[in-house]
Amino acid sequence: MGRKINNLLLEFASLHRFLMRFFRELVTPPYEFKEIIRQCYEVGWKSFPLIGLTGFIVGFVFTKQSRPSLEDFGATSWLPALISIAIVRALAPLVTALIASGKVGSQIGAELSSMNVTEQIDAMEVSGTNPFKYLVVTRVVATTIMIPVLCFYIAAIGLFGGYLSIIGQDQLSLLSFFTQVFDKIAFIDIFAMALRAIVFGFTIGFASCYIGYNSSKGTEGVGKAANSAVVASMFIVFIEELLIVQLLAVITPLIS
Amino acid sequence: MEKIQNRIIYDDAVISVDKLSKSFGDRQILRDVDLKLYRGENLVVLGRSGTGKSVLIKLISGLLKPDSGTINVLGEVVNELKERDLMKLRLKIGFSFQNSALYDSMTVRENLEFPLVRNKRNLTRAEINREVEDVLEGVGLLQAINQMPSELSGGQKKRIGIARTLILRPDIMLYDEPTAGLDPITCLDINTLINEVQERYQTSSIIITHDLACAKMVGDRMVMLLDGKFERQGTFAEIFDTDDDRVKPFYDYNFIV
Repeated sequence: MGRKINNLLLEFASLHRFLMRFFRELVTPPYEFKEIIRQCYEVGWKSFPLIGLTGFIVGFVFTKQSRPSLEDFGATSWLPALISIAIVRALAPLVTALIASGKVGSQIGAELSSMNVTEQIDAMEVSGTNPFKYLVVTRVVATTIMIPVLCFYIAAIGLFGGYLSIIGQDQLSLLSFFTQVFDKIAFIDIFAMALRAIVFGFTIGFASCYIGYNSSKGTEGVGKAANSAVVASMFIVFIEELLIVQLLAVITPLIS
Repeated sequence: MEKIQNRIIYDDAVISVDKLSKSFGDRQILRDVDLKLYRGENLVVLGRSGTGKSVLIKLISGLLKPDSGTINVLGEVVNELKERDLMKLRLKIGFSFQNSALYDSMTVRENLEFPLVRNKRNLTRAEINREVEDVLEGVGLLQAINQMPSELSGGQKKRIGIARTLILRPDIMLYDEPTAGLDPITCLDINTLINEVQERYQTSSIIITHDLACAKMVGDRMVMLLDGKFERQGTFAEIFDTDDDRVKPFYDYNFIV
């Protein structure tokens, strides 16, 4: 038991060192702009098809499943408002984070871990390149930038999916659909969505890089790192979601 | 100054290791190790697997930190340098990894360009291309320039790994098991390449190996790591002129069995 607590404390200390090093390397030159752009392409651009498809299905299915409940009260006209609140306040950031944890988190975890196993990180270091800055900082920055972009994209596609589901049974123009959608969304909702996405993006990038960069040697370490990166990212995202919801519940009335 | 084969070895040490110790957990790997590498010299470090040979060169290049002792490389104490100064010093040290450590997401050209572009930012595209082609030609693999590392054989990977370190024109080369896992003919090619590199680029080298044919072919001087210490050193003949049970099987396996 004592040993387990000791290991846990050592892990926290290592995590803290990694976090401090990240912020130190982030602000000290040279800056790896070119690599950040490349990582944005890898993390963001390549995820657009998957995120788009998922967003569409979530919006379409959610609307379809919500209809019967509203029909009982003769309130199907509330569907656009319901979808907008559900997607913008909860589903878009969470679904984006979960998909990104699976796709991007596992990719980063496996990539850095295999570079670690095959001494590519050491090779980078001895050839005069700071591997932490080049591999970790760029990836964390890229996920922090691109997850919010993907989140807004999934929200738009999700709403469109909801619209298609509605017009399958009702007559509603796209303009009046989006008018109703935006009627129900306040600035704080958009702000909260962006905040969540930024926090989730940072979390996914940071957790995956930490696990991949510090993975144990051997091929088993690569598999473990990919798996742990996904599990840890998702777990932390859920905890953060819980905390952010509580925080917004306090802040929103004050701002309103 | 001493002339061995066609090589001139100078009296000044480019690497000087004093009372170096390193342990991992309870296991002591190196105990108060002293070592000197003279300018122009090829020094072979022999020893069984797991005796800390690779740890030694990782300590020298600053990839690991020693528990005690000092490592002086080209007049600078590695274990006291700040990160930025260590980065600068590393440009003068070429490190050839046991498994080549090529960046597997990059082509051979990109692998070679990587250290060059990042450390000599004022070079033009034409100069970069010329440098890359020149070094690749030197290791006899210009034709592989657009290939991915996964398309190369073990020997080719070793050559490209060596070429990638040479592109920065290092003063010191550290080879970690350069012939491990290669067939005898490829081993001969790699040993010849190590000698050619020394002559062409005037490097001083430490070669970590347990391959005695490699040691004999490339080494001017040898040291043998036994129980965390360099207990034997000298020429090939001097090292193995002993009845020490820890040394004899080494020779017997390579040249009798």
